[in-house]
Formats: sequence, C-alpha cells, structure tokens
Amino acid sequence: MKIRVQPEAFDLGAEVGAMSKGRTDIGAIASFVGLARDLNDGSGVAAMTLEHYPGMTEKALAALVGEACARWTLLDVTVIHRVGRLLPGDPIVMVAVASEHRGEAFAACEFIMDYLKTQAPFWKKEETPEGERWVEARASDDAAAARWAKP
Amino acid sequence: MKLRVLYFARLRERFGVAEETLDFGGTTAADLVALLQTRGGVWAEELAVGRAFRVAINQDIVALDAALPDHAEIAIFPPVTGG
Repeated sequence: MKIRVQPEAFDLGAEVGAMSKGRTDIGAIASFVGLARDLNDGSGVAAMTLEHYPGMTEKALAALVGEACARWTLLDVTVIHRVGRLLPGDPIVMVAVASEHRGEAFAACEFIMDYLKTQAPFWKKEETPEGERWVEARASDDAAAARWAKP
Repeated sequence: MKLRVLYFARLRERFGVAEETLDFGGTTAADLVALLQTRGGVWAEELAVGRAFRVAINQDIVALDAALPDHAEIAIFPPVTGG
C-alpha cells in the first residue's frame, strides 16, 4: 500500500508499473486520475490551490484504503493526492488498485474515490475572473459515497 | 480542560485565525461550538445552526455530541472538496 500527499506531479504509468513489478499474482489493475479543469460552475478557472490538514489527511486516506481492503480482496493500492497550486490540465489525484480479477479492482477504485471526496480533508480554492472562491461541497458527492453504505 | 483548536480553508480565512489554545469548561463538541458562537460576528454566522461545517477530534470527524478529551486537538472546517 502506498499513500502520498505531495505538491509534486505523479507518473501514473510508473506507479502502475511499480505495483506489478516482480510479481505474477496480479490479474487486474484499475486506475483513476482526477485532473484540474479550466471551467467550474460557469466561471473560467485560471488555477486552483489545494489546502489540506497535515496529519489527518494521511490518516483519513489510510482509513479509507483500509476499509476498501476489508470489503474486497486487494493485492495492492496506491493513492497519491497533490496539494498546493495547480493549473488546468494538471493531475490532482490518482488511485490504482490491484487484484486478481477486474471486478474487485474496478469497485474498490471507485469506492476509494467516492470516499476520498467526502472524507479526506482537502479544500480547493479557485482563481476565477471574478476573484478567488472556495469550492463548495456537492450534494452529488455525498450521494456517491452513500451508495457504498452498508445496510 | 485545555484544547488546541485548528481552523481550515474558508473558515480559517473568515475567522482570521489558523490555530488557538482554549481553556474550555464544557464537555462536548457542541458546547465548544456554542462558546465560539458567543464571539459574535463571523463566528456566530459561520457556526449557526444549519450551516455546513465539520468537527474533528484528534483527526477523526465526529458528531457534535462527541465528548472532548483534555488536551485534544480539535479542528473545525468546511465540508471537504478534494479529489
């Protein structure tokens, strides 16, 4: 398992390659990359700055990866989330999940992203033509995370 | 009890403070929020009933009825928007 919070960019190909290097038991790796867009809520976005809660962020990411490992049989997980100032097109976050078969990798990757969006203490501030603004949480993100709630 | 209280993102900016140490006589997270509301102004506005904010005790998000341990690290912040 690898969890990183860093200002630097990441290389998805290198990270996925590192997961399967030297092992032959992995049959599937599903990955997701989130990118900074140049448009949000009707305004152009020139840049965004990601703030986080050092200490809690790593703990929250480890907890949600732990929850994924409890729900599915996973062989490896990598989560990297960037902080600091990012430009449109820059990668923000990546999740890669390795398992024996694709079903578990797909499901766990989506679960980790849905929980990350509502549980991990990151906040985005956008630079728009109207000035700086903090991004508001979306009800659709809460709904996406709620899909995974156990009865 | 002594508490270390942290604020993040929009709340840090509006309150004009990132961190403070409080000598606190209450019991729960709700008691702490009520105390902060009595400061008036942006504190009363941002922490009013119905406003969306989160409280964490020692880096775990909790409900407002959670008890605060002595020397805890409390954080108050807007709903998260990472990813």
